[in-house]
Amino acid sequence: MELVEKVVQVGGVSVVTLEGGAGRPLLMLHDELGFPGWMRWNEVLAADRRFVVPLQPGFGRTPRVDWFESVRDVGAFYARMLRESGLGPVDVVGFSAGGWIAAEMAASDPGLFERMVLVAPLGIRPAQGEILDFLAITMRRHVMATVSNPNAQELTTMYGGGISPEQFELFEAARAETSRLAWEPFMFDPTLPHRLAGVRGLDTLIIWGEQDQVAPRGCAEAYQQVIRGARLEVIPGAGHRPEIEDRDRFVELVSEFLQTRLPDHQLSGRKTSVRVN
Amino acid sequence: MQFNYITERPYRGLTEDQIYEHGSFFTYPNSAFDAQRGSDDYNAYLDEAVLAEQVGFDGVALNEHHGNPFCMGAVLNVEAAVLARITERVKIVLIGNPIPVSRNPLRLAEELAMIDLISKGRLVPGWVRGSGPEQFFNNINPAYNRELFEEGHDVIVQAWTRPGPWRYEGKHFHYRHVNPWALPFQKPIPPTIIPGFLSRETAQWAVAHSYPYLGLGGPLKPNADLSDFYADEFAARGLQAGPENFGHVVFVYVDETTERAQEIGRALLFAGGNANFAKAQHTLPAGYNSPAAIKRLASVPQGGWLGVTKERLDEEKVDIKAASIAESRRRTAANYQKMQENLQIVVGTPEEVTTKLKTVLRCLRPGMLFLMSPFGNVSNEDRRRSIRLLGEQVLPPLRVEAQRLELTDMFQRAPGSVALAPGQPRAPVVDRIAIDKHNATLVA
Repeated sequence: MELVEKVVQVGGVSVVTLEGGAGRPLLMLHDELGFPGWMRWNEVLAADRRFVVPLQPGFGRTPRVDWFESVRDVGAFYARMLRESGLGPVDVVGFSAGGWIAAEMAASDPGLFERMVLVAPLGIRPAQGEILDFLAITMRRHVMATVSNPNAQELTTMYGGGISPEQFELFEAARAETSRLAWEPFMFDPTLPHRLAGVRGLDTLIIWGEQDQVAPRGCAEAYQQVIRGARLEVIPGAGHRPEIEDRDRFVELVSEFLQTRLPDHQLSGRKTSVRVN
Repeated sequence: MQFNYITERPYRGLTEDQIYEHGSFFTYPNSAFDAQRGSDDYNAYLDEAVLAEQVGFDGVALNEHHGNPFCMGAVLNVEAAVLARITERVKIVLIGNPIPVSRNPLRLAEELAMIDLISKGRLVPGWVRGSGPEQFFNNINPAYNRELFEEGHDVIVQAWTRPGPWRYEGKHFHYRHVNPWALPFQKPIPPTIIPGFLSRETAQWAVAHSYPYLGLGGPLKPNADLSDFYADEFAARGLQAGPENFGHVVFVYVDETTERAQEIGRALLFAGGNANFAKAQHTLPAGYNSPAAIKRLASVPQGGWLGVTKERLDEEKVDIKAASIAESRRRTAANYQKMQENLQIVVGTPEEVTTKLKTVLRCLRPGMLFLMSPFGNVSNEDRRRSIRLLGEQVLPPLRVEAQRLELTDMFQRAPGSVALAPGQPRAPVVDRIAIDKHNATLVA
């Protein structure tokens, strides 16, 4: 699949956006390390959906927006992007801090989204345990902490495979911007659950890998509790990246939730996951 | 020429093995802290400053680190306040207050004004960004470190110089009532110095404010390159830099015999700046450096100061144990020799040390020299003997040499007071021939 790079103007900022696939648009908000690359799960869903992947300002490709002070600001910025591009209401899938951004957008304007998928979302303080302080470990260790299995398929091809000086530079940009936005409190906003509690009528699927070392289970559960009708699916064996660690189950859950038609061969080999209501 | 005594305030209750095994000073569990030991150490270092004054030093300097047993000086203004009262003549040089870490520049302005008043005008403030661990310890967002530093500095200088009361609404700081009652003894502001470790960004900032730059270490040539960079930037402002614009730190231990000095001087390596005693994830918090600087670090296979090497950036484990303790010891020993050859560390008898420090003065032409005592578990007796030998046998010949080299300091001639005529090339600020000559002896 060929990824097309576009530049979208938002409030004078040139947002680099990647697009791939065909069909109804699906907004993808990448995690705090940046866009990890076009993975097999993207490929499968792209048969029926057109991915729209903005590269977060300050992460190396899209310039930094100097008025950003919080993840809420990023959400407001992306909300403007959606309104001005006429894209919404749209389905969204957000990973980790990208899930937090999606939640901020939903909290301010649920009408932006048709359906929302939050994968191992950060942004709400877990009742138990703490979000991994990934700014207190080296970049390499941070990347490795996102999977439960260091031999996970596709891990070696993520972020261009290996850690070159250029990739270090991009990681540093991503981590610096994340630090700017969420150093304190670290990776959560205590007001977010209260703001989300008022949201009605937004179909939400939360996916969490049972071996997640970055986001404790309490993060996912907190979202489920505050978003009315949200469904939580726990994938056994997977870490913070269920989309590569148990791709089949991940694709199955997401495609079903987003009512996406899969290529025939993807429907075989179903695995189990635990549905939590 | 101004000679300053400085020491980290090492906690002398931990062995090298303990630090090697833990992998760093920072994060060493404070359950190992013994209050009696800490009390004795703090008092011993204050007494040393008094001794330094007695034996002829012109200044005593302080720095600060947080949560770090190699430097117990966590709030240097507390110690500076004590020195303001128990010393009489020496300058009290702060190298320096980490502005971002304080979170409250107006309070810093008040603290320093009090110290300057109590010392009757002997304070030399210095401003730093604070190293990586300082950001973690105080939970200061490293991505805003430089902004906090620059804005905080401006708040302090304004608080000292602009008649109050006034209101301040900045980006990071906001005050509805700026009107500190106690203002500095020295006008318009106390003479200020900016420490840095070969940082061009910091040197550039110092130039913009006509502050002298204090090189915190490193070999001769990189320091000379930094001085030339500073002097070029200064010249671009139409000003001639001189020795009054530069300070330099050397790690020093003096004893009666070469053998004893070499043995005890090893403790000069037992400090947090040594790559074997610091961890990259604390040294380089996200956003503290530019992404381009990280890329440069990731491209250089060696390196090693401040705990940062390519290997460490690429480290998979949180606990860095890539090298065995034996290997770390071997590296530390190799560094000891190399840093002596580079004149970063100078140990020996008074004669040996004098000869080497004269070379440093000739090569780098600083107006201020800072002589740093050993870290680690060196006894009071040994430490005080070194200070005495420095004052009585090393400083006198160095003063003669400084006079010969016309090394004016910032108190004799204000940095930025010498104008450069338009089109006139600036005069040299370092002696490249002397540096080449010294470096040639290393190759041989």
